[in-house]
Amino acid sequence: MALDTPRPLVLSNARVIDPARELDAPGSIIIADGTILAAGPEAANQGAPYGAEIVDCKGAIACPGLIDMCVSVGEPGAEHRETLASASQAAAAGGVTTICTMPDTDPVIDDPALVDFILRRARDTAIVNVHPLAALTKGLEGNEMTEIGLLKEAGAVAFTNGHKSVKNAQMMRRMMTYARDFDALVIHHTEDPDLAGGVMNSGLNASWKGLSGVPREAEIIMLERDLRLVAMSKGKYHANLISTSDSTEVVRTGKKRGLDITAGVSINHLTHNENDIGAYRTFFKMSPPLRDEDDRQAMIAAVADGTIDIICSNHDPQDVETKRHPWAEAEDGAIGLETLLAAALRLYHSEQVDLVTLLGTMTSGPADRLGLETGRLSKGAPADVTVFDLERPWVLEKSTIRSRSKNSPFEDARFSGRVVQTVVAGRTAYTYS
Amino acid sequence: MTATDIHRDSPFPHRHLLGIEGLHPHEILGLLDRAEEAVEVSRQVNKRKHVLQGRTQINLFFENSTRTQSSFELAGKRLGADVMNMAVSQSSVKKGETLIDTAATLNAMHPDLLVVRHHAAGAVHLLARKVGCSVVNAGDGPHEHPTQALLDALTIRRHKGKIARLTVAICGDIAHSRVARSNIILLNALGARVRVVAPTTLLPSGIAKMGVEVFSDMREGLKGADIVMMLRLQRERMNGAFVPSVREYYRYFGLDAEKLAFARDDALVMHPGPMNRGVEIDASIADGPQSLIREQVEMGVAVRMAVLEALAANLPNN
Repeated sequence: MALDTPRPLVLSNARVIDPARELDAPGSIIIADGTILAAGPEAANQGAPYGAEIVDCKGAIACPGLIDMCVSVGEPGAEHRETLASASQAAAAGGVTTICTMPDTDPVIDDPALVDFILRRARDTAIVNVHPLAALTKGLEGNEMTEIGLLKEAGAVAFTNGHKSVKNAQMMRRMMTYARDFDALVIHHTEDPDLAGGVMNSGLNASWKGLSGVPREAEIIMLERDLRLVAMSKGKYHANLISTSDSTEVVRTGKKRGLDITAGVSINHLTHNENDIGAYRTFFKMSPPLRDEDDRQAMIAAVADGTIDIICSNHDPQDVETKRHPWAEAEDGAIGLETLLAAALRLYHSEQVDLVTLLGTMTSGPADRLGLETGRLSKGAPADVTVFDLERPWVLEKSTIRSRSKNSPFEDARFSGRVVQTVVAGRTAYTYS
Repeated sequence: MTATDIHRDSPFPHRHLLGIEGLHPHEILGLLDRAEEAVEVSRQVNKRKHVLQGRTQINLFFENSTRTQSSFELAGKRLGADVMNMAVSQSSVKKGETLIDTAATLNAMHPDLLVVRHHAAGAVHLLARKVGCSVVNAGDGPHEHPTQALLDALTIRRHKGKIARLTVAICGDIAHSRVARSNIILLNALGARVRVVAPTTLLPSGIAKMGVEVFSDMREGLKGADIVMMLRLQRERMNGAFVPSVREYYRYFGLDAEKLAFARDDALVMHPGPMNRGVEIDASIADGPQSLIREQVEMGVAVRMAVLEALAANLPNN
């Protein structure tokens, strides 16, 4: 990206939503030097800075740019699936201005030099903000802890074992205890690998399909274990991808007990259930597996009442080589950056989650948890802004997908709500035409 | 067997036979009626019909199976098709890769009928989407084995004269059995009462909602049964993973004379083969007067002829 200062920008005639201060009002956003000067009704009466570009939003919503806390990118090691550049293009088109990259690349991001590599590649090639998540254990093997202090200093915003759980409770306890000394957040995939041992949600559906099941208990037991360890270690913990109604109960109880915990859910588990798998459609294969409709409804309710703090895309690019196999042999994962906001808006349109809460789970929610300055429209915050038309209908066509991999479970899906402009650090990274 | 042939000319509006699921009862009965004719053809000196003349049938087996493969081969040949057998070894090629590659290669050879067995559930569905010909599922992992269920139904109907209201007890490794799934669907569709009998570790989750009565005591499960259908227990499941040992399994779930006595006096015993004598079934029962096991093999060829013929009727230029 060019290093010169961007031209000031005024987004006028917008419906400004800033979940961090529960603001939802008509107004403007004034941006200069890559930061927010003013946002909201008070900004509407201020004059534009000298030389500013003025955009009439025509009543569209302007909110903080979305933060996607769980994004797998193929760089380094699988650039044919996705690069930081292609992921960032997809993100910008989806209104996502900040992505947190998963460490499960090849090599695994378990060394400060690799964190530095991601940050430099992102600076040179990506059009959105990139924050690396570092591996919690070396090689994600679950046996030895990584250099949490040095990795954090290099720029890692949190620590995770990717899509694998740390089986050894003693290891997990020690890492959480150690991470606490560095005020480091531990993000965990909660699924007991031995009990999981299947390829789709356990139950009648799997039984008829002749597929081995992943019982809900594989997640619940691991989550319950983790919360006991959080209580022991007093660490900061985020359950990355919960998927069952019981898990929401476990999180609720944990929060009531005063533990420093948050919970996340992937957009897929809010908008799909196991019936979408149909005749073994592998784009719907993911970990945790899609559950039943009751679980999906419980996830939505937990977003609405604040039990779930963060919605992520769990973007995971897979190509034909890894997906076009019989179900059991196909890889897990679905892309989701470009559809994150549009899919999430389904929960608003179905009148299940109000807009401020919904947007909060993708802006101030992850920002607060990761300690990022972005994710809010307060004066001085980075000028990361997403403008979207709440009602505009569109259809996701495969040929328009910006990700290098096309494994979207939303292929040909209909959406209401379209990103029209994405601003990253005061520069327009995407406009819909 | 009177009035059974009213379904003989039922249309069979399907391009593939991927499972029993999705078939209407009259379509199932139609296939059984066609199979009755095929039994007669197969018992003549001249066993050859010409409905598949000029057609190419490829048997694509990713898993070894002498019985099913030779049955399909014979069925195709008796209908006049050119039959080619392809065994695809799993060891030489990376898992799964072969499936799509082989499908593309085969498709270029313009087969009319593709008979597929694969170790993964759903593999046959994937393949059916990639080829231009009719696909017959000859067993896909633990999912379905439709021709086995059809041959079982034909065998039962020839002996009992009907399927409806019979009590059929399916015993053994239900969780990993494609035969069990296809049979549960088919027998329910035709109005039978279906029971499953197995230790709970060998039952799939949600079994009680699959249209069956569930028993983990074999004597209870066999009480009053008209048909006792035994399933093979795979060797890798015998030693501690699902059941503790062969001898314990045989004691509680092996079919012997003492347990069979709980079924009706005229109960008949079936097994899809290959059998483990002394594991799930006692040799004296397997080879005894109540056993239909050999006849199942004969009906297998007839049913597969019926299926190939029904699908061929929908092929282009026909």
